[in-house]
Formats: sequence, C-alpha cells, structure tokens
Amino acid sequence: MTAARFSRRGLIGAGALGMGGLMLAGCDRLSASPSFQNFIGGAEDLTFSSQRLLLAGQPLAREYKASDISPIFKSNGTSMPGGDAYKTLLDGGFADYQLVIEGLVRRPSRFTLADLKAMPARSQITRHDCVEGWSAIGGWTGVPLGHLLRTVGLDPRARYVVFRCADDLDNSTDGSGLYYESIDLFDAFHPQTIMAYAMNGKPLDAAHGAPLRLRIERQLGYKHAKYVMRIQLVDRVDTLRGGKGGYWEDRGYEWYAGI
Amino acid sequence: MATDAALDPGASTLKPPGRAGREVIYRHTLVVRITHWVNVLAVSLLLMSGLQIFNAYPRLHWGRYGADADHAWLEMTAVNPGANHPAGVLTLGGHRIVTTGVLGVSKARDGSYAQRGFPRWATLPSDRDLATGRRWHFFLAWAFVINGLIYLLFGVFNRHFRRDLAPTGEQLRPRNILRDIVDHIRLKHPVGEEAKHYNVLQKLTYLAVIFIILPLMVATGLTMSPGVDAAAPWLLSLFGGRPSARSIHFITANLIVLFVIVHVVEVILAGVVNEVRSMITGRYAIRTERQP
Repeated sequence: MTAARFSRRGLIGAGALGMGGLMLAGCDRLSASPSFQNFIGGAEDLTFSSQRLLLAGQPLAREYKASDISPIFKSNGTSMPGGDAYKTLLDGGFADYQLVIEGLVRRPSRFTLADLKAMPARSQITRHDCVEGWSAIGGWTGVPLGHLLRTVGLDPRARYVVFRCADDLDNSTDGSGLYYESIDLFDAFHPQTIMAYAMNGKPLDAAHGAPLRLRIERQLGYKHAKYVMRIQLVDRVDTLRGGKGGYWEDRGYEWYAGI
Repeated sequence: MATDAALDPGASTLKPPGRAGREVIYRHTLVVRITHWVNVLAVSLLLMSGLQIFNAYPRLHWGRYGADADHAWLEMTAVNPGANHPAGVLTLGGHRIVTTGVLGVSKARDGSYAQRGFPRWATLPSDRDLATGRRWHFFLAWAFVINGLIYLLFGVFNRHFRRDLAPTGEQLRPRNILRDIVDHIRLKHPVGEEAKHYNVLQKLTYLAVIFIILPLMVATGLTMSPGVDAAAPWLLSLFGGRPSARSIHFITANLIVLFVIVHVVEVILAGVVNEVRSMITGRYAIRTERQP
C-alpha cells in the first residue's frame, strides 16, 4: 500500500516535471508561430480600447518638480546620427534645419527652428518610461503638435501623424533602417504632445534628439521619435515600410505603447 | 447529485464511507476547480514572461526615476562579459553574490556563457525577446484578471469566501493559532470533522494571496503603464513612483513563488493523489480517525 502510493506519488511528480518541460518547449514553439503571435497579440486591441476609455477625458501625465529631474537622463537608441547631412546641420547649430510638414495637409509647410521657437511653447517636467523598464525624469520645452497641425490645416482624410527621423539604427545604405514612428490624432492633439527643442532649460543636445523630438507623455520611450526631420499626415500606416507603423513596431513591438 | 453538491459543497457527503475510517466529501466546486487550473497556467507563464521582461533591464530602483546612472537596490550583472567564462553577479542591497550559471550570466542556446538576468530555462520565450515576452505577458494578464474576476464574483455570491475561507472566531483565538503553527511544524494533518475545513493558517494564507498579494501584483503592474498613470495618478502616489512599483511587482512575484512552493509541498505532504484529485473531480477523502 505504502509502496504503491509512493510510486504513484513519484509518477505524479515525474509527470509534473515532464509537463513543465513540455510546456516550455511548447511555449517556445508557439512563440515562433506567426498565427499564435497574432492570437495573443489580440490582447493589444483590448489594452488599446481600455486605455482609450480610461483616457477619454484626455487627462495629463503627471508633471514633476524641478528637484525631481534625473541627474543623468539616459540616452537610448541613437546618441549621434551618422551621415554627413546631420553632421552639417549640427555643425551649423541647426541654422539650416527645416521641419517639413506634408502629406494630407491643406498647406504643406517648412519651419525653421526660429519659426518653431516663435510659436506658443509648452514646458513640462515629465517621466520618460523605456519599454526595457527604466525611467528618467526630464524637463521639456516645445511647440504643441496640435498647434502645428492647426497651422498647416488637416485634410479630412488625415488619421495618423508620421515622424521621419535622421537616425539610421541599422546603418543601412538604402534608408530602410531610418527611424520612424506614427501616432493617431487622439494623441497628436493632447496638450502634452509637443515637438521639443529644449531639454532641462537648454537647447536639445544630439544625444537626446536635436534639433527636434517628439514628446508623447502617455506612451513608452520608443514612440518619442528623436531627430525629427519630416512630419507626414497619412490616412493609414500599414503601407509604410514594414507595415506596422514604426521602427520598433516593424520589429515586433506594439504600435500602441501605453503599457 | 452533483448539482446538489455544487450548491453546498462543504456540507455534502457523497457516499457512505467506502472504506473503514474514510469518508469522501465534495470539497471544491466546479468554478473553483476551473479557475484554479486556469490560474496555475496563467501565473506560471506570467512569471516566466515577467522574467523575460525583467531581463531587458535587470536592475531595480526605488523612487520616481531609475536608470543606469541611478542607485539600484538589486542588480544582476556580468563581470568581464566579453570573456570566455564571465562571472554572473547578483548585487542585493550592497552585497555581491556570485551567481554564475544562474543569475547575471548563464548559458545561451549555443552553450556559450552569455550575460542575462535570469537563465533561459526560467524565461518565456527562452531566448532574449522582449517584444514576444511582453505580448505573452499582457495576453496572460488579461486572462488572469478575467479568470480572477470570475472567481471573486463566484466567491462572493456562492458564499465561498464566507463559508470556506473566513476564519471563525474560535479559529482566531491565539491558542488555536499557536496549536496550528505547532501542528504545521510537526507536519500533523487533521482528521475527522476538523479535516472538512481549512485550518486557520491555511485560511489566512489563502485570504492574503487572494485579497492582498494578487491584487497588489495587478496594481503595481498597471502602475508601470504610462497610459494608466495618466488616468490614475493616485497609483503613482500609492506606490511611490514607477520604479518603486516595478520593485514591488518583483518582490510580490517572489512571494507568489514562495506561496506556490509551500502550497505544493503541503499538497505532497497531505497526500498528493487525494489533493490533486479533489481539485480535478471535487471529491476529497478524509480520514475519520487518526492512524497509529
């Protein structure tokens, strides 16, 4: 009786271990399957809809005191874009920089840094959350994206704002590694969504996205495109590059990065 | 018969004792059994995908911000990461512990030593893949929350919490608690009428896990979301910042692992076949008298 029970016990134990091993191997195989990735990716839609419901009143992300600012704000991704074009701009103090706004807009426009600085500005001390798990607090000053979009006038078909950047994370020769991002109009017109040209009271430095970067405070760091050269208004993002709406999105990360 | 039993599981005796000194009772309702096993699967995979996410930045901070240059109270690093045999080091509150092979440095798919927080056998997926780990984690988090809500609603309406988990006044008397502690240390399991109910340590542990630990896990998880933080900034105030919430999330995950270990050990000690069967079929055999 005791022996029988003991072996039964052993069997269950061995079974549990075996199941664990199978489960692991099974999960890795499932992870490699695109259709299963799509299935569990369905939770992203649920997260997106829930957060849109929670954020329907367009609340602001928390703003911090100057004493809360991180002593060192980590520079992630690109710290210095390659290529001569960017270096020339940087060496000239971005005097020759022009932000292009094009696509589904009434008045395609170009703005110099001086033009942008002459516009209404917003300053905010906010927390930057990286998808990796670290956070840093910094102060940002820039022109609200909503103001820029109203200035150029939106075509009624416009649904997404696409940011084209100067940094090439893959050092590609054909531009396929150039950073890009996209957000929708809900976030584009949020008061804290700004095109920042200053950080902690100083002109934005190269490590943090000079001359102009996006701040979109209710989403993770990879949405905050640095080195923004062009802004495009489009009706859909699945026709761009990898079809997922951004550099990291094309590499498996969620388009909606509110979580 | 099963329907009747499901209405009032604690009280029903299914059959006359099959063997002398043994009585079979209906212990776990169908909803409890299903949500239990869904939970087993969800929590196991949440843990593993969570370790994958942790590995993307294997450092923990307290406060409102925390990145490379800031003080970390827990850190997993590699010494000489480029060498053939790098050393893995866990730094915990200023103490350095060499953990090569498990934490900080462990074997990659090709057998070489690589820098990574937790080893590949503990993470989902095994290889470093933050995007896929996050996809798993958030999918499972939804499954866990929905499953948990079903369990909570059922527990309230079916009086599962009041009937089976709320300690009685008698159980809460210090003398009884003390006796329970001694019984646990001596690995003495109750028989007869007493075995039909959870003992007070069991009840308090289950209540703590159900109403404190698991909700804390969800709340700290949500606090790491910048979207949720904008909608509910009180979460940030409650936990003292996103890095703090991430630290509490990690500590709470460890507490869940600790609970599961004790839970499984107790199941084995109390009779693994009987216990596991009761969570599958609902039927649980109790001894009516103590064996010599």
